[in-house]
Parts: sequence; structure tokens; C-alpha cells
Amino acid sequence: MTKPLRTGIGVILTAIMLFPVYWMINVSFTRDTDMRADPPHLFPFNGTLEGYRAVLDQQMPYLGTSLIIGLGTVALTLIISAPAGYALAKLRSRGAGVLNFVLLIAQMIPGIIMAMGFYAIYLRAGVLNTVPGLILADSTIAVPFGVLIFTAFMSGIPDELINAAMIDGASRWRTFRSVVLPVSRNAIVTVSLFAFLWAWSDFVFATTLDGGGEYQPITLGIYHYIGNNNQQWNAIMATAVIASIPATLLLIVAQRYVAAGVTAGAVKD
Amino acid sequence: MTTHAETLVRTRGTTRVRRARGPWAAWAFLAPVIIYLVAFYAYPLYRNLDLSLRHYTVRSFVQGDAPFSGLDNYRAVFDDATFLPALLHTMVFTLVSIAFQFAIGLALAVFFTAHFKLSATLRALFLVPWLLPLIVSASTWSWMLNSDSGIVNYALSIVGVEQINWLTSPDWALTSVIIANIWIGIPFNLVILYSGLQTVPGEIYEAAALDGATGWQRFWRVTFPLLRPVSAITLLLGLVYTLKVFDLIWIMTKGGPTDASTTLATWSYRLSFGNLLPEFGPGAAVGNLLILMALFFGLFYIWRQRHD
Repeated sequence: MTKPLRTGIGVILTAIMLFPVYWMINVSFTRDTDMRADPPHLFPFNGTLEGYRAVLDQQMPYLGTSLIIGLGTVALTLIISAPAGYALAKLRSRGAGVLNFVLLIAQMIPGIIMAMGFYAIYLRAGVLNTVPGLILADSTIAVPFGVLIFTAFMSGIPDELINAAMIDGASRWRTFRSVVLPVSRNAIVTVSLFAFLWAWSDFVFATTLDGGGEYQPITLGIYHYIGNNNQQWNAIMATAVIASIPATLLLIVAQRYVAAGVTAGAVKD
Repeated sequence: MTTHAETLVRTRGTTRVRRARGPWAAWAFLAPVIIYLVAFYAYPLYRNLDLSLRHYTVRSFVQGDAPFSGLDNYRAVFDDATFLPALLHTMVFTLVSIAFQFAIGLALAVFFTAHFKLSATLRALFLVPWLLPLIVSASTWSWMLNSDSGIVNYALSIVGVEQINWLTSPDWALTSVIIANIWIGIPFNLVILYSGLQTVPGEIYEAAALDGATGWQRFWRVTFPLLRPVSAITLLLGLVYTLKVFDLIWIMTKGGPTDASTTLATWSYRLSFGNLLPEFGPGAAVGNLLILMALFFGLFYIWRQRHD
């Protein structure tokens, strides 16, 4: 196969793969009256911004809540997982093997089951339908992943660097904060990106733990939309387009981190 | 100052001090994650197990004084008319999804190993379905598969296929959610298999080409066998991830119509949260069965990874 031919085929395959994404964007601009047109409008000529106006009018609180939940989840995930990764990578301790094993297992537990346990706990603790409760639950998706990424990354930091800091009189905590963390920037970025994206995309915890909450994330915003006004598909798809922005940004800004994140943990080097 | 002294000793190569002092520092750094895992993993799982072993009503759920009922909830679940269909759908959904995800992902990975113009960009674009929030993918597919106005039925009508009620007919609901799930899972398989292909040394291909192997032979005789460890891991991980798919199915069909696309995950959710009268006990029991299945394949995956 010649190279230009490959590029051509590659473009066609990508176009097929991304057709649903295109369709979402197209429908978000389609007028209500054209929504059930036969044949369907393949391009949003004569389109409308009604859908996006609806998003501005109705979905802003949901988007704001999702942003706060996402940032909160990132902070919590980093605080828990970065020190743990350092300990597992550099401070040999007896339980390390067991802990690694537990973390791998933890990633495999279906979210819906965690949600049920959390529901029972939250109901009695009175944190059901609260944003902090949801942040805490969402962080369980990212913490095991975070520890694995930090462990893998920090194992690559030369011992000499850490020892040098400690000879200069720095405590372990100082060394961690002033030497290890700054050189682990890539790992911090990767973990933060995924923690944010998973919290932003979470539906399982949102619907079980925050279904009656005053502040609800965007995933529930879309879900209520689908349930309530089945006809206004341009508004639903416009919300979906807006909800996809973080994922898109992530891909544009941090492509290499994304691919690294997918493969990390799955395949041993 | 103790740490300073310790380091000095350590740099001189005395390992005894390291053993004596190291663990305490390590445990200080590990304490947050251990407390976290106990409080927010082990405890919810314990609560879930507890739920499945008691007879709950809404009142006793709030007050927490439900009577212990042993394995009654599990017995009730096994006897339920939904159990066998849900188990069957879970198996079909999982196996068909990962078979297609893997085959398509592998074909694309092989296709992308040849470096051509735009190949890196296109490969990155393939990640989009995997990164989108599931509610976005699920609602987009719902509209595309709409019986009257969906683009899929329109495209099929051009080639003379009658209208298919993708989401509302019991014959097609499971197929519909499988199609959407395959689409979501392809990127994951592509990325992992592609990175696996990168580790196959180029000289092996050159040698095979010198021996006169065709592209097809090269794939089956050289690439595929060398890729077997990575393939096994991809498939096992895919299995674990697909078993727990809930959002997609719930958003597209709610497991319906009449259980036609109900899996263990959606059934468990419906029992606990989907009805006016929640059945937390049976819901938790179904959930625990799902954990057992995921753990079975999960442990197999870890074992595989350790032995490669």
C-alpha cells in the first residue's frame, strides 16, 4: 500500500469512527422543525442556535457544579495518591506488594456496587445529595490509577537526586515536596487530567448519590433533559457538545499524556 | 536531624539502619492511602455485603435495624425470572463487545504502524469516543438509532432495509447497546495493541519479507504470535471493564424493553434505585455476584501480567 493511499484510507476510517460526534454537532444546530425531516439534514444549513441558548438558560448551574466536582476530585486524588506513589516507588516497605495488589483489584470493582455501599453510608451520615460527598465518591475512580501512575513514574527518579537532598539536611517530607514533586510534573498532569475527566463524566455516582441534590453535575443535567423533553434534541445535543469540551481540550493539549495514561497500568514495560 | 544521620549512614552502605528507619517514613507516606482504602473502598464493600445479607424495608434501611436473613436475598435472586436472562445478556454483551473491539482495534493498530502523513493525528482522533462522557455517547447513539428519525434507519432505507426499532424492539435492544459499546471500546484496544506492536522489532519483519512472506502471512505468522501476551492482557482487561458497563445501557434502554437488554449491572441498579419500592437486599446480592465475576477475570489478568 502506498503512503498517500494509506493516508486516504486513514482519513476515511477516522471520518466513519467520528461520524457520531459529527452527528451530535449537526443535530445541536438543527431546528426543531427540521429534526424529523426526511431525508435528515446532513449539514446544519439554515441552522439555529436555539439549542445553545437553552444550554445558557438552563444548564449553567450544572456545568458549574461539574467544574467544582472535577477540581475537587483532582485535589483529593493528588493529595492521597502522590505520597503513596512516592512511598511505593522509593521507600521500600514490607506491605508494598500487597498494597499494589489491592490497588489493582480496587480498579476492577464495578462502580455501581461502590455506589450502593456509598448510598447506604451517606444516607445515615447525612451527606447524600451533597457536592463533597460526590467528590469523595468520584475520587475512588481515580485514586488507584493515580497511585499506580505515581509509583511507575517516581521509580524512574534517580536515587542520587533524592539522597543528595537528604544529605543536605532535608527531611523526607521536604525532599518529597521540593525535589520529588517538581520533577514528577508529567505524572501530576496525567493523573489530574484523568481524575478531572472521570469526575466530569461520572454518571453512576451522580445518579445514585446526588439524584435529589440541590447542586447536580452536567451528566444529570443531560439525563433529566432526555427524560423530560424528549423532543428538543437540539438542546440535548448542544448540552452534550458543551459537556464534551473538557475531553476535547484534553486531547488537544495533552495528547501524549492521554495515550500514556491508557497504556499505563495495562501493559508492563 | 535523625534523618540526616540516617542518610549519612545509608550512603556508607549500612543496610541495617535503612531497614530499621525506612518503614516508619514509608508508612507515614502510605497512611493517607491506606486509611482512604479502608474507609472508602473496604467499608462501602462491607456495607454492600451487609445489605445483601439482611432483609431490608425502606424503614429499616434508614434506621439500620434490619433482621439478618442469611442467603435469602441470593436465593431470591437466583429464583427470579430475570436472573437467567440478565446473566445471558451480560455474557453476550461482554463477549460480543470485546470480540469486535479487539478485532477492529487490532486491525487499526496494524494499519497505523506504517508511518504515513497524518497518522499520528488520526490515531489521536480515534481516542475521542473513549474520552467522551458516556452520557454524551449514549444520548447521541439513542438519537442516531431512533426508529422514525434516526440517521441509521435512514441510511439503511437507502439500501432497502425496512425500519428497525433499534431501542424499542426486544429483538434489537441488546444489539443496539452492543454496537454503541463496541464504538466506545475500540480506542482502548487500538492504543494498547498499537503500543504492543511498537515493541515488535523491525528486523523481524525485514527477515520475514526477505523470506518472501506476504503481508497476510507476516501478520499471522509473525505479528500475531509476538503480540499474544499483550493481546491476552487487553482481552482480560476488556472483560473486566465490559462486565461492569452500566451507564450506557441504562441511558439508552434502561435494560428494556421488558428485560431485553438487562444485564447484571443494570438489574442490580434497578432493584436498588429504579423502582418506587427499593429492594436493597437483592440489589446488593446481584452486585456481589458481579464483583465475583469481575474478580475472577481480574485475578486471572494479574496472574497473566505477573507471568509474562
